[in-house]
Amino acid sequence: MSAKPLGLLAQFETAADIMHAAIAVRDAGFKKWDVFTPFPIHGMDDAMALPSSKVGYFTFAGGITGFFTGMTMIWFMNKFDYPLVVGGKPLFTPLYAFPVSYELTILLSAFGTLFGLALLNRLPKLHNPLFASERFKRAMNDKFFVFVETADPKFSETETRALLEKLGASAIEEIQDTKD
Amino acid sequence: MAKAAAIPAGAAAEADHHDHHAPPQLKVAEPPKELEREPLVLNNRSLTWITDAIAGVCEKPMPKWWWPAFIISAGTMGMMFSLIAYLISTGVGVWGLNQPADWAWDITNFVFWIGIGHAGTLISAVLCLLRQKWRTSINRAAEAMTIFAVACAGIFPVVHTGRVWFALFPGYLIPFPNANGIWPQFRSPLLWDVFAVSTYGTVSLLFWYTGLIPDLATLRDRATHKVRRFLYGLFSLGWTGSNRHWSNYEKAYLILAGLSTPLVLSVHSIVSFDFAVSQVPGWHTTIFPPYFVAGAIFSGFGMVLTLMIPMRALFNLHDIITTRHIELMCKVLLATGSIVGYAYGMEFFIAWYGGSPYELYAFKNRAFGPYWWSYWSMITCNVISPHFFWFKKLRTNVVFVWIVSCFVNVGMWFERFVIIVTSLHRDYLPSSWGYFTPTWVDVFTFVGSFGLFMTLFLLFIRFLPAISITEVKAVTPQADPHHPLGGANGHHH
Repeated sequence: MSAKPLGLLAQFETAADIMHAAIAVRDAGFKKWDVFTPFPIHGMDDAMALPSSKVGYFTFAGGITGFFTGMTMIWFMNKFDYPLVVGGKPLFTPLYAFPVSYELTILLSAFGTLFGLALLNRLPKLHNPLFASERFKRAMNDKFFVFVETADPKFSETETRALLEKLGASAIEEIQDTKD
Repeated sequence: MAKAAAIPAGAAAEADHHDHHAPPQLKVAEPPKELEREPLVLNNRSLTWITDAIAGVCEKPMPKWWWPAFIISAGTMGMMFSLIAYLISTGVGVWGLNQPADWAWDITNFVFWIGIGHAGTLISAVLCLLRQKWRTSINRAAEAMTIFAVACAGIFPVVHTGRVWFALFPGYLIPFPNANGIWPQFRSPLLWDVFAVSTYGTVSLLFWYTGLIPDLATLRDRATHKVRRFLYGLFSLGWTGSNRHWSNYEKAYLILAGLSTPLVLSVHSIVSFDFAVSQVPGWHTTIFPPYFVAGAIFSGFGMVLTLMIPMRALFNLHDIITTRHIELMCKVLLATGSIVGYAYGMEFFIAWYGGSPYELYAFKNRAFGPYWWSYWSMITCNVISPHFFWFKKLRTNVVFVWIVSCFVNVGMWFERFVIIVTSLHRDYLPSSWGYFTPTWVDVFTFVGSFGLFMTLFLLFIRFLPAISITEVKAVTPQADPHHPLGGANGHHH
């Protein structure tokens, strides 16, 4: 097992501190870094200069698929494959096919959204080197973290540490690659 | 929100040590007193306190009452499944329904349960889109209630077919290639209902689970037992709280709320089509979709209050589910209850104004025919009882609210019974008239469905956080980087 340093994890105590730190790290020009908070903080996406989320495209793809699946399925079953007149109603019209197609639109949109969420976030990912940190156990409780990766071209063991200290980090620790 | 006014004296001093250089003095006028709102989390609780209070419920051993409650619920649930086995092995004749009332308690129970679910979706989706922050304290349990109610609802229409294997397998309800070469009949609202209810159950489950992921991560990080850590870890998918993840998560959550809103409106509209698209006097009315949706939300909020008031007392969650939350739910009951009352009146008016003698007879028969007692029980519970909530004194009296919420539950069951049975029991020809009476199997199957509901709910509060830890934190001042309690020191970034 070789312990390769992956990056520096800095702990902050308040929402304002983490916001301030995120803006400073962004302005310092880092690309491979992240912020960890127990809840989404309003304005953090702008502070990190994140682009707008692309989840919506997956929703749209799911919805379109659902709607046309519904319409095609009903046309196929009730008009094409087994035409049967019921109550003098037309064999196919989008009107009576609408409620079911509408429900399928929503159903597949929801699945599309969740699929998009998992794909964009690269989840599930059960092994994460950050989980080795005892401090990080409070990331989903009440502490706020900045993690800067060594893989970032701007990363420097001393300067990055100094920057995080200057920003008011209450603790800084090095995260190792824990993979065997 | 009156942020400045809500800060206790010590908070500003606490934020002081973050001051790197003294901010310029900024004078902000105090907002007028009537704009002040009670905070959503009382007593200025810290983030850790919120985690401990909510996660603690499912980490500590359950209180003494839990096991007896669970055993009674599970026993009642077992009774229901035994009665269903009895029905399937004997035939639907063990229930009291027969011509002309060939729908009775089965469909009443179905509409009753599915309606209850609607409040959960309203709280989690509609109030999310409307940015009603108070929803965060109650949405998790309300969504759980939705899913369990849909599970209870689903049982009745499946079982009422008698030979359930025909309904489920060879393609009568679910499109499925089969040896008979037949397909479902998509011109029937009953089939639309199959798609609506199954979509509703599935999307509610997905929405609920999405909301649970961050909280499961919190439980994973706190777990002391190996098995718990593994299971919470598995279902939290390796969630870290990364903001790159939150960014997608927030968008996905908003989209799911946006999808659930038209979904929940469509579900009860389609349930009402089961009746409205037919030509039975008393059913064939255009007011049904909005009237059913309002009734569903009314009944659901009744059930939310019935469950939440004891839960908050038993687990000491008064600082998170505050009197303000209860009061707001009472106001929803008042609003939707008034819509329901209006719909009852309007139905009668149209029955007279529409000039159809059959329609008018159906309504006269409802109120003064052999089932008059069920009609007036419905009116008492649904039209009269919510109007107590015009008074703040009564809205804030928790015991009183709980009693009224029970009346709402009873009233809404009667509403469906009235709609279904009174419209059917008088057929067009007097020779086909009848009177439906439930058998003991009818009664105990319905009672048993409460066993299923309570069993699932008790397991839920035992193993999962009954309140959204993440979302409650996000509406506290500590979560706001521009608030002194969030560490802000006065200058803008």
